[in-house]
Amino acid sequence: MPRYTIPAIVLHWLIGLLIIGAFALGITMVDIPGITPTKLKYFSWHKWIGITVLGLACLRLLWRLGNRAPSYPASMAAWQQSAAHGLHGLLYILMFAIPASGYFYSLAAGVPVVYLGVVPMPALIGPDPELKPLLKSVHYWLNMTLLALFVLHVAAALKHQFIDRDGVLKRMLP
Amino acid sequence: MQISPALRRTAAAAALVLALPAFAAVLKTDPAKSSVSAVFKQMNVPVEAKFKKFNAQIDYDAAKPETAKASLDLDIPSFDLGDAEYNKEVQKKEWFNGAQFPKASFVSTAIKPGAAGKLDVTGKLTIKGKTADVAFPLTVKKEGAAQVFEGALPIKRLAFNVGEGEWKDTSMVADEVVIKFRVVAAQ
Repeated sequence: MPRYTIPAIVLHWLIGLLIIGAFALGITMVDIPGITPTKLKYFSWHKWIGITVLGLACLRLLWRLGNRAPSYPASMAAWQQSAAHGLHGLLYILMFAIPASGYFYSLAAGVPVVYLGVVPMPALIGPDPELKPLLKSVHYWLNMTLLALFVLHVAAALKHQFIDRDGVLKRMLP
Repeated sequence: MQISPALRRTAAAAALVLALPAFAAVLKTDPAKSSVSAVFKQMNVPVEAKFKKFNAQIDYDAAKPETAKASLDLDIPSFDLGDAEYNKEVQKKEWFNGAQFPKASFVSTAIKPGAAGKLDVTGKLTIKGKTADVAFPLTVKKEGAAQVFEGALPIKRLAFNVGEGEWKDTSMVADEVVIKFRVVAAQ
């Protein structure tokens, strides 16, 4: 069974781990009451990871456009293939939309992003008290959507591996 | 020689007008167009927070800048970071202690013409009950019918005990804070 290319595999797992890290950090930091140095640190790290994901997602999209994904096994039902494509498409969209919504939320809150504390990122919008709560809930709900899709994604991979035993997961394993 | 009442009135008015500049240089500031903010760096991220309430007093005559006087009162509880939770936090003891020190103030001690058409201002800045001597360049310009006074004053927050305990760590919030102001006054 053909596998994904090495760059595709590396980007998949790297971005996956970074997203899990940023998600965990995000959930943790917003639960810290008041402001503490730890909370501010977590916010900065969360944003740095988000920018990293966005950058890697661009590379990944370019690579994906230039390289075909390996085809599914013939034993896989057509509707399952369509569902898989649809799910992957949505995950790609969220990979861009979530960091972007967080970035604009930060800008609307009047806090520009300085990548790794060194590189000031462009302030595409100014502080905006009206947009701020809107972007906050957009960022939150996109993440909850991602969580649901992530569960589906993992469940599907495990089903292919342990129930169908059709080698689909092996295409993406390191 | 008889001085007519009309002439006398004119002379009195003229004397009053001549005497005016000495007393009338206290400018009428426009709070809606004026602003005072503090820019601090948190992990190298510049964040600007506004003082929503303040009172600026400027006694200025362009012909005699060295006689100018300026003072500024800042309402500490009006300090706005754009987030209700953070606003509450910075009023706490380790930051501004707004309950005990609700006012910060600046009073000029000397104003002299400086380089590039600016004025060199020295004065006393009081924040959180601590007073320090400060100096900064002040720009005066005309915008339409208004006079605009602009400047930026870098201070060290720790000199005023702003940020105590764990917040003394300047790697989180830098020691240097820039107070930016723009005061618009009618001529």
